[in-house]
Amino acid sequence: MNEFNLVLDKNGLVVAFLIVGALTWLTNLFSKKVLNSRIPGSAIAIFLALVLGYLGGVWADGEKGIADIPFFKGLGTLGGSMFRDFAIVATAIGASFMLIRKSGFLGLISLVLGIGIFFTVGAALAWIMGYRDAVSICTIAAGACTYIVGPVTGGALGASSEVIALSIGTGVVKTIAVTIFTPILAPKIGLKSPGSAMAFGGIMGTSSGVAAGLAATDPKLVPYGAVTATFYTGIGCLVCPSLFYLILSAIVG
Amino acid sequence: MIQGLAVLSFSFLLGMWCGELLGTWLGIDANVGGVGFAMIFLLLIKEYFQQKGWWNTDMGFGIEFWNKLYIPVVIAMAASLNVKAALSSGTLAILAGIIPVLAAFWVFKYLIKAFPSLNHE
Repeated sequence: MNEFNLVLDKNGLVVAFLIVGALTWLTNLFSKKVLNSRIPGSAIAIFLALVLGYLGGVWADGEKGIADIPFFKGLGTLGGSMFRDFAIVATAIGASFMLIRKSGFLGLISLVLGIGIFFTVGAALAWIMGYRDAVSICTIAAGACTYIVGPVTGGALGASSEVIALSIGTGVVKTIAVTIFTPILAPKIGLKSPGSAMAFGGIMGTSSGVAAGLAATDPKLVPYGAVTATFYTGIGCLVCPSLFYLILSAIVG
Repeated sequence: MIQGLAVLSFSFLLGMWCGELLGTWLGIDANVGGVGFAMIFLLLIKEYFQQKGWWNTDMGFGIEFWNKLYIPVVIAMAASLNVKAALSSGTLAILAGIIPVLAAFWVFKYLIKAFPSLNHE
């Protein structure tokens, strides 16, 4: 038994392939047999993975969900930013450069619109919940953009670590919300073509959430959503601690 | 197969580098659009190789493998998110994480109505 644990411990990434493979096999079977394919297997698998992430947090009390438990640690590598970005880039192989160029301008508009919506609504909620200083409101509102924009903005403005942690939490909730709501709402909002996926990526931002949500909706749309979403965090880091902070401090006083 | 993978890696590193450079140039500590640049490089290189007749199905397979691995990576990523901290960081984090998303879905619906050409190409 000791030797077996040693093998598992040494080959975390390979264990992760086995776990994810087994999970998708089960969820595909469940989707086909029980749900008549009404909900895609991958959507169920992503949702179950979020549940595992929660349970991992409860059991191990760490920061990386289930990946903090030694047996599952390979999931942290497989789901880390390097593999995530590498695989997203690979999805471009199924995309058409012509279509991306055609919808490029609308992608840009949707980026600006998206950051504006998330920042404004985030700031309004922070105000309603009792925050009155511009630095805290700005950091929380930036967290409503993505979980990277929040801490970058908070760090630049000198927000308290408590507020920065809150902004990261907000950003993670957003990623989860986009992942879950996208496949449910896609048919109702007209998200069905490459062009609309590009606008969607720009409005929603969070590359992880957009890419996971689109993967559960229609995998063909992933590269189009990802190509605009990838600019969202960068632009957010640019405007939140500067332009948006100045506007906000003029309003809050 | 490995040549296709090399093309993908080359595009990836070049794109990430551009993202870092753009971030530094804008004076922020973040990668601005690295993934987007990498995707565009990959598409351009593929087009160029196809014109030159250098592209073959074996190369495509090396990239297709990673394309297909995308959903498993997303599943692993979802399992390694700090879901507990997100849910326990309070009412504000949950409200500020969900309400803007719903607002954005609502705006998106009207954006699509305003630009109906998006869904008819």
